[in-house]
Amino acid sequence: MTIFEAILLTIVTASTPLLIASLGELVTERSGVLNLGVEGMMAMGAACSFAAAVTFDSTFLGVAAGMLAGTLMAALFALLVLGFAANQTGSGLALTILGLGLSGLIGAPFVGARRDPIAPVDIPGLSDIPVIGRLFFEQDLFVYASIVLTILVGLYLMRTRSGLTLRSIGENHTSANALGLPVWRVRFWAILFGGACSGLAGAYLALVYTRFWSPGMTAGRGWIALALVVFAAWRPGWVLVGAYIFGAATVLQLHAQAAQFGVPSQVLSAVPYVATILALLLLSIRHGRAIGAPGSLGAPFVPDR
Amino acid sequence: MRFELTPRTNASTMMRVFASVAAFITAFLIAGFVIWLMGRSPIAAFDVYVLQPLSDPWSLQELLVKATPMALIAIGLAYCFRANLWNIGAEGQYVIGAVLGSWLALRTNGTDAGFWVLPLMLVLGIIGGALWGLIPAFLKTRFGVNEILTSLMLVYVAQLILDYLVRGPWRDPKGFNFPQSVTFDPAATLPPILESGRVHYGAVFAAIAVLVTAVVLGRTLFGYRLKLTGDAPRAARFAGFSSKATTLAVFAISGGLAGLAGISEVSGQIGQLQPSISPGYGFTAITVAFLGRLNPIGILVASLVVALTFIGGESAQILLKLPLDLTQAFQGILLMCVLAADAMVSYRIRFAARGGGK
Amino acid sequence: MKADVPPSGTPLVELKGITKRYGDLLANDGIDLSIEAGEIHALLGENGAGKSTLVKILYGVIEPSAGEIRWEGHPVTIGSPVEARALGLGMVFQHFSLFDELSVAENIAVALSHEWSLSTVRDKLAEISQTYGLALDADRAVWTLSAGERQRIEIVRCLLQNPRLLILDEPTSVLTPQEAEHLFTTLDRLSAEGCSILYISHKLEEVRRLCRRATILRAGRVVATIDPRASSAREIAALMVGTAVGEIRTDAPHHPQGETLRVSHLSMPPAGLHGQALRDINLVARAGEVVGIAGVAGNGQSELFAALSGERLADRAEAIAINGKPSGTMGIDARRRLGAAFVPEERLGHSAAPTHRLSENTLISHASAEVSRSGFILMNAAKRVARSIVQSFDVRTPEGDPQARKLSGGNLQKFVIGREIIRRPKLLIVDQPTWGVDAGAARLIRQALVDLAREGSAVVIVSQDLDELFEVADRMAVIHQGTLSSLRPIGEWTKEAVGLEMLGVAQGQGGVHAV
Repeated sequence: MTIFEAILLTIVTASTPLLIASLGELVTERSGVLNLGVEGMMAMGAACSFAAAVTFDSTFLGVAAGMLAGTLMAALFALLVLGFAANQTGSGLALTILGLGLSGLIGAPFVGARRDPIAPVDIPGLSDIPVIGRLFFEQDLFVYASIVLTILVGLYLMRTRSGLTLRSIGENHTSANALGLPVWRVRFWAILFGGACSGLAGAYLALVYTRFWSPGMTAGRGWIALALVVFAAWRPGWVLVGAYIFGAATVLQLHAQAAQFGVPSQVLSAVPYVATILALLLLSIRHGRAIGAPGSLGAPFVPDR
Repeated sequence: MRFELTPRTNASTMMRVFASVAAFITAFLIAGFVIWLMGRSPIAAFDVYVLQPLSDPWSLQELLVKATPMALIAIGLAYCFRANLWNIGAEGQYVIGAVLGSWLALRTNGTDAGFWVLPLMLVLGIIGGALWGLIPAFLKTRFGVNEILTSLMLVYVAQLILDYLVRGPWRDPKGFNFPQSVTFDPAATLPPILESGRVHYGAVFAAIAVLVTAVVLGRTLFGYRLKLTGDAPRAARFAGFSSKATTLAVFAISGGLAGLAGISEVSGQIGQLQPSISPGYGFTAITVAFLGRLNPIGILVASLVVALTFIGGESAQILLKLPLDLTQAFQGILLMCVLAADAMVSYRIRFAARGGGK
Repeated sequence: MKADVPPSGTPLVELKGITKRYGDLLANDGIDLSIEAGEIHALLGENGAGKSTLVKILYGVIEPSAGEIRWEGHPVTIGSPVEARALGLGMVFQHFSLFDELSVAENIAVALSHEWSLSTVRDKLAEISQTYGLALDADRAVWTLSAGERQRIEIVRCLLQNPRLLILDEPTSVLTPQEAEHLFTTLDRLSAEGCSILYISHKLEEVRRLCRRATILRAGRVVATIDPRASSAREIAALMVGTAVGEIRTDAPHHPQGETLRVSHLSMPPAGLHGQALRDINLVARAGEVVGIAGVAGNGQSELFAALSGERLADRAEAIAINGKPSGTMGIDARRRLGAAFVPEERLGHSAAPTHRLSENTLISHASAEVSRSGFILMNAAKRVARSIVQSFDVRTPEGDPQARKLSGGNLQKFVIGREIIRRPKLLIVDQPTWGVDAGAARLIRQALVDLAREGSAVVIVSQDLDELFEVADRMAVIHQGTLSSLRPIGEWTKEAVGLEMLGVAQGQGGVHAV
C-alpha cells in the first residue's frame, strides 16, 4: 500500500463518523427539531460502545451499546423539547454538557485499554482495481453502511409517504397539526433516529477510528456534523460530499503536522474549525441565507387545544 | 399517553423563583441517584458536595473565587440570551481576553513599569474578548451565518492560539520546558481584596457588573430593546431597533465581560498563562445564566450555587474518588431541570390517556 | 323568521349542547345545530362569536368541554381530523394548512390516507380539476401560487375523499369577486350532487346567494336559525351584532390640501425567498383625506407597508417624501419624527409584543417621545400613556395593565391604533385596520381613522375588505402583483372594476370602467 493509498483510506475512516452523525441530525432537523446535543450523544456513544466492547470483548455489543446510549440521550432531549416544549437551543446545549460529563464517568475505568482493528470487508474482484479498488471496496462494514444509509435517507425523505409526512411537519407544524398529522410522534422518532446515528458515529470513533477511549475524544466533531447539515442545505447527498471534504481536511492536517512543514501544529489543528466557519460563510454569501432550512426548525410546538 | 400544553397567562415572580428551586432539588435527586448507581452513598456525597464547603471558611472564599468568572460571563450572556442571540463561545472570548491582557503583562515583565499596567491589562482583556465575540456577530449581521456554530468553533481556535503561545513564543525559558509563561510581576497581578484572603478584585468587577446590568436591563431603553428583540423581533424592528446593531452590541458586551473574566482569572488567580486556564467556566456560565433566569441578581445567586458544585466536585474527587466529570454531568442535569421548570412556568402541562379525549 | 325547510328524516350531522370553555371564557355555550344532506348551511356571526371554535370541534381539532355530536343519528367522538375525515368530513380552513416548499401534489397527498400514492393523486387531481373547473398544476411549489389557487388545493384535498360534509371557513376573504363567484358555482354543483356544506361567513351577501338556512351565533350562543333570503340584511345584522350597527360619519367637510405623502417610482426587489417585488409605485396622499389601497392578499401589501414605514429602505431618498422631505432612505424612527405613524397588519408580534404589558407596548412607537429620557424608561409616563389610550379608545382590559396577548383581537387593535392616533400624526399608514376584529371595534376604528383625516391628517388604509374601503376611503387604488393602479375618487370605482384590477386584467389607464 502506498502512502497515498493509506492517506485516502484514513480519509474515509475520518469522514464516516461525520457522515453518520450528520445524516441522523439531518432527519431530526427535517422534522423541524434542532438538536444541538450531537456532540454529547456522540461522546456517550463512544464511551458506552468502548466500555461494552472491552467488557464483553465484542465489537457487535459495543456498537449496539453505543447506539442505545445515543438513543437514550435523544429520548431525554425529546422529553424536554416535545414534552415540556422547552427551548431547543438550551436543551441541546444541556444534552452536550451532560453527555460530555457522563461519558467521562462511564469511560474513566477504560482509559488506557485498546481494541484490535476491525477486519475490512473485501468485495472480491472489485477490490483488485488499482487505487480505487482498495479505497472503495476493501473498507470496514460501517463505511459501506454509511453509504447505504445516505441513499436510504435520501429515498426515505423524497420517495416515501412517511418521508413526505416528516418533511411536511418540519416545514410547517401548524399546518401539519391542522391536517391531523402526528407531529409529536414523528418528531419523537426523528429525534431518536438522530440519537442512534450520533451514538453509532461515536461508536465508530472509539472502536474503529482511534480504538481507545479518552475524555473529550469527540473534539467538536458533533458540532462539525451540525454545521455539515447546514452546509448541505439539508440534502443527504450533499452531506456525503461535505463529510468527505471535512474528513479530508482533518486527515491532511494531521499528515501535514507529521511532515513538519515548520507550521505550528496548532495552526493545522485549527483547520477543521476554521474550515467549518469558512464553509458556513461561503454558503451564506452565495445564497444570502440558509437555503433549504425546514420552516419550523427550532420553533417549539404548542398546538391550541 | 400524551401531553397537553396550554400557555399560562398568570405566571408570577414567586412561581419563577419556586421553579428554579424545584429544578435545583430535582437535579440533586437525580445526581444522588446516579451516585447511588455508581455504588456510593448519596448522603456522603451531599455532605462532601454541599455541607462541608459551606461550613469551611477556606471553601467559602474559594466559592467566591470560582463564582466570580462565572458571574461575569453569565451576566454578559444574559444580554445575548435576552435578545434571543446565542453566544455559546464565551469560553473562547474568555481565553482571548486572557491572552491579550497577558500580552501586556509579559511585555512589561521584569521592567519597572508602574501602576498603569494592571488597568491597561484589564482593558485589553475586555477588548480581546469583545473582538473575539464580534467575529460571529459580524458574520451573522453581514452574511447571515448562524452564530451558534461559529461562536462555538472559535472556542477551539482560541484554545489552540493559547496552546501555541504557551508552548511556543511565550513559554518561560527558565520553566524546565513546562508549557507555561513566566509568573506575572506584582504590577500585573490583580490583588486580593483582603490582604490575607484569596478573593481578588474580580469579585468587585462581578458585583459592579451585576448592579449596572440590573439597571440597564430593568430601567433603560436599551434593556427594553433587548427584551423586545428576544420576545418579538418584528415588533423590535417596527420600534426602530436595528437588529444588526443589537447583535453587535450584545456580542461585544458579553465578549467583553468574558474577556474581563479571563484576564481577571489569569492575573488574580493563576498568575501566569498555561494551556488550560478554565475548567469550562464559559460553558458552565450558560447553565448559570439560565438558572438565574437571565436576571442579574438571579445570576449572582446561581453562580454561587454552581461554584459550590465545582468545589464540592474537587473535594469529592479526593475524598470519595468520584471523578470530576460528575460535576459536569450534574451541570447538564441541572440545566435540563431548569429548562423543564421554565416550561412548567410557561405552560400548564396535563397528561391525558391517548384517544380518551372528548 | 323560522327556516322554511323542515328537518326531514335524520339530519346528516347534529350538534347538541356543544360547549367549549377556555378558563373563564365560554367560546361556545350549549350550541345546537343540525345539517341536512345536500344542504348548504350558513354559520353566521361576528369575529369572536365562536364560529371557528365550533367548526374546529366538529373537525376534531379541538375537544369540546361538553356536548354531543351525532352523525346520521349515531353519537360519535371525533378525536382528530383524521377521524373526522374517516367519517366523511372535509374542511377548508381560513388559514390554509399548506406547506410552501412542497409541490401541489405533495400537499394534497400528505393530507390523504396512505393508500394514496403521488401518482394516483396526480391522476385524480387532473380528473377533479376537469369536473369542477379547479385548474391546478401538480408540480408547482405552493409558494408560487396565488391565494385563490391555494384555496383550490384545500378544496381538492377534501373532494378527493368524497366528503359527505364540506366545511368552509370564510372562504372568500382571500378571493377576488370573480374568483368568489367561481367558487359559488362549484359549491352549488357539489350540493346538487348531495354533499352537505357548512359555510362560515360574516358576509351577508354571500350567505343569501348560497344558503337557505343560516344559524347565527353571537357571543358563543345560537341566537337564531333563519332563512337568510327571507330576512332583510338589517335584521340579520342586528341578530349578529345584538344592537343595530351605526353608520360611519364621513360627511364632515372634506377639503384635501397639501401632499403629506408622495411616493414616486418606488420599486423594490422581493425581501425573502417568496416575497413580492414592488414595481414603479406612485401614490399621493393629501392632508384631510383617506386613501384606500385594495387588493387580494399577497399582492405586495405587506411589502408596500414595509417600504412606506421604513422597515425596508428604498435605494433613493426621493422615492418617498413625507411632508415634502425625501425620506425613502430613512429608518422608521426618523419617519416617525417627521410626523408619520404606522400600524402593521399583524397585531401579535408586529405592532405589539404579546407577552409585554400595555405600558411596555407604548414604548414601541413612543420610544423617542415622552416615555423615555436620555435612555432611561419613564415607566410612570408609559403607564399614563397606556391608560389614556385605554380610556380614549374604549379598550376593554381584564386588568389594569395586562399583557397584550390577554386582550381580544378587537381590543388590542383599538389599543395599537389608539397608540398611534394619540400622537396626532400628520400621516397614518394602516395595514388591515379591522382584520379579525368584532363589529363594534371595527366601527370605532373606522370612525377614528376618518376623524383623524378630517382633522387634517392624511390616512392611508391598506385593506382586503372592499366594503370597508368603499365606506371610508375618499380615493382608492388597487394593488396587483406589486403594481398599483391609478388612484381615483371612490365614486368612480365599482366592485367589478376593482375585481378586474385585482385580477390584473383591467384595460389600460384609460377611463373608469363604467357599470
